[in-house]
Amino acid sequence: MSRLGTITRRTLLVAAVAAAGGVAFGYYSYRKPYPNPLDGELGEGEATFNPWLKIAADGKITIIAPRAEMGQGIHTTLAALVAEELDVTLESVTVEHGPPGHVYYNEKMTEEGPFPFWDESLFANSMRGAMGVAAKFLGIQGTGGSTSVRDAYERMRLAGATAREMLKDAAARRFGVDAATLRTAGGKVADPASGKSFGYGELAAEAAALPPRDVALRERKDWTLLGKPQKRVDMPAKVTGAPIFAIDVRLPDMLHGTVRMSPRFGAKATRVDLSKAGKMPGVIKIVPIETLYGSGFGIIAANTWAAFKAAEAIDVDWGAAAYPPDDAAIAARLAETLDRRDGAALRDDGDVETAFANATPDRLIEAAYSAPYLAHATMEPMNATAWLRDGKLDIWCGNQGPTLVRQFCAEAAGIAEEQVSVHTTLMGGGFGRRIELDFSLYATLLAKEAGGKPVKVTWTREEDMTHDAYRPAAAGRFRAAIGADGMPVALDMNIATPSILKSILSRTFPSISPGGPDRLLSEGAFDQPYAITHCRVTGSEADLSIPTGFWRSVGNSQNAFFHECFLDEIAAKTGLDPVQMRLKLMADYPVAAKVVAKVAEMADWATPPPAGRARGVAFCISFGSWVAQIAEVSQTPSGIRIEKIWCAADLGTVLDPEIVKAQMMSGIVFGLSQAVSQQITFADGMVQQGNFSDYDALRINQCPEIEVELLDNAPKMGGAGEPGTPPAAPALANAISALTGKRIRSMPLNREIDFA
Amino acid sequence: MRLNVNGRDIDVDADPDMPLLWALRDLAGVMGPKFGCGVAACGACTVWIDGQPVRSCSEPVGGVNGRITTIEGLSANGELHAVQKAWIELQVAQCGYCQSGQIMSAAALLAAKPDPTDAEIDEAMAGNLCRCGTYPRIRAAIHRAAAIAKAGG
Ligand code: FES
Ligand code: FES
Repeated sequence: MSRLGTITRRTLLVAAVAAAGGVAFGYYSYRKPYPNPLDGELGEGEATFNPWLKIAADGKITIIAPRAEMGQGIHTTLAALVAEELDVTLESVTVEHGPPGHVYYNEKMTEEGPFPFWDESLFANSMRGAMGVAAKFLGIQGTGGSTSVRDAYERMRLAGATAREMLKDAAARRFGVDAATLRTAGGKVADPASGKSFGYGELAAEAAALPPRDVALRERKDWTLLGKPQKRVDMPAKVTGAPIFAIDVRLPDMLHGTVRMSPRFGAKATRVDLSKAGKMPGVIKIVPIETLYGSGFGIIAANTWAAFKAAEAIDVDWGAAAYPPDDAAIAARLAETLDRRDGAALRDDGDVETAFANATPDRLIEAAYSAPYLAHATMEPMNATAWLRDGKLDIWCGNQGPTLVRQFCAEAAGIAEEQVSVHTTLMGGGFGRRIELDFSLYATLLAKEAGGKPVKVTWTREEDMTHDAYRPAAAGRFRAAIGADGMPVALDMNIATPSILKSILSRTFPSISPGGPDRLLSEGAFDQPYAITHCRVTGSEADLSIPTGFWRSVGNSQNAFFHECFLDEIAAKTGLDPVQMRLKLMADYPVAAKVVAKVAEMADWATPPPAGRARGVAFCISFGSWVAQIAEVSQTPSGIRIEKIWCAADLGTVLDPEIVKAQMMSGIVFGLSQAVSQQITFADGMVQQGNFSDYDALRINQCPEIEVELLDNAPKMGGAGEPGTPPAAPALANAISALTGKRIRSMPLNREIDFA
Repeated sequence: MRLNVNGRDIDVDADPDMPLLWALRDLAGVMGPKFGCGVAACGACTVWIDGQPVRSCSEPVGGVNGRITTIEGLSANGELHAVQKAWIELQVAQCGYCQSGQIMSAAALLAAKPDPTDAEIDEAMAGNLCRCGTYPRIRAAIHRAAAIAKAGG
């Protein structure tokens, strides 16, 4: 319980208050405190059973999947949770994101706290419970942290099951029989005795008015949809080019726009001349924008192209940056932070200082690692469409937090939240970028100037890339002491990176400062299941005010690279096999050991690869999922080629194996892209990359073959969207080291080696 | 000026410098081609002009003479194109934003090379970025589409 001391009083206090609140309100009000947002918007003949389900008199069933569909297949799996219990097929239902609602709060998103996922101590578990209750009281509807399925697993099955029983109760009254004798299948309630049945639509209005009963959920062995691959509900629209994204919204008399914001974060225009831009054809209005996200100008025009041209033509000087303005200054700030050695050690086992004091120099390994800022670069650039008229605001956007969008846009428009309708569309990628509110706010501000007409505000790719909430840069200094058997007896990792949470709060709730230790600084390193007697992992917060945000897998995205490459250095120095060394260190964690053993088997690790090829391994548990990967690389005349990635993942119960495999594949390509070439660099306070020509991602010709297998040993369910990403970069770097003898300690790797 | 899009003549009032992409999306209401980069670096905006794949974001509308095909015009008589069928069968799309461009590039490849090799797929598809990393399924689906087309579907 050495960690207990590092949890600040404030965190405990918040958790205690939240827990007390949960107890005082009791289970029922804890589960059903918020109104059903569907009540206010039912169509003709529609009845709603709970916030996740509407059934119309004509039999049309609508399932609400209140999480952002950014490609991860979440609408399909969430709908399957309801459909499984409701005894309907996915083909027979319509799936919608639905309106914003506090009832759709995400309990899992705030749950993890400063504990490793595998920490089952009473303390860790009671803190998790308390944070989950706190999430409910905050009522934030969010998608992130690979939590959607875990959060919905019980709630949405219950939504289907209670509705099914209400339908049976209604049918029982009509048949004059006991509901327990009735059967449900294919959207009907049947009475086996009479052979008659009623469609759900015929019963809906009556059934929805009945009180819900307590109902037991079906056992896993009885599932017909869950656990089996489903056809994605969004696939037909996505192969026919249907207008499903926010950027595809079309409204009567719609205007178009864009923004040109200060390229130095937090700086304002010091001189501006709008005369040329304002006179360009198609330009309707140029308006200043002033928000916590940034300052600059919005352009309203007849079409997007005219808006883009005018934005470019604005003649403006911007103020100076209030942060280290270039890469050298940023690196210096990270180095100073490491020098201070005053970060919080979320892992501090044994006696690290004594262990190193006693180690002889030939048993020591030291190394310094780094990782750059990264942009999300979602395929669909940031955009939103806003329409403000008669005191009401409608906003269409792809977003990961609709209740926050509603709150912030209401404030920007100067109207009450009840007057705002948020229409959450499908998203052309999210990766954490679309939890930010900037694009929705800017559209709202332009709508105020659009004379009651709707305005679609689309960012150029350059604006998007230079105004992101970046994955923060990080630097680490690590040392290890090796025992007589070649195994590490002491490990000391100090990682410096800015706080993402502070950055997000500074542009959303600037009066709040986060309490307690920040797990994001060192996650992916402090929380890994390796038994090393003397082990300390410190997260040191660097003072860098460049905006940062959640980037697919967050802290794990760089810390797994640091941790797993450094472990590999230890193995290389002592001549241990990297797989065997890991298996020994994780012997107390069989779930971890099994994925490592599995991936070694898949890659036939024991048999050396053909000449000119080499392999590297890496492991990371993140978001509750245990993932091991092996990369195989080859040397070609034009550089390193990534031939193949094997991936073994254990998420515990898997609801849709094909969707989960697709997420692993996607996470791997995302991780390889950052490893190979991605970096956001700074000069004169400004981001230097502007488009895919200088910030690219893996292309099909560089993409390796990928093989994924899923295990089911984990006792708790893990997430799918992010855990594929962290091991990819270190597996690749370790393979390159095995092939070339070159140990690359900073990303992107192409600074030091060429790729084919 | 007059554009022929998916067999239909559409009159648009556009500055000749306006990229075809914005004329299609903002003026003609054809939303299948997507905006990704604006500089011919991602392929999201791919359409055909006279059957040849082009990046519509970098094609001034004033210079367009041929018949334009967008993803909306790919399937004929209500039946999906072999590429679209294969895409559904192998569940290729994730966010889907790049996929109109991917499908238009893949369909053009198959029109030119009914049974492409992996190297030919690489060459034809390297200009189409997918941030969701669907490439392994794209490759498999192109091979599958070749088989579907050969079988007459
Ligand atoms: S938008 Fe045309 S290639 Fe990217
Ligand atoms: S499917 Fe999302 S970018 Fe390709």
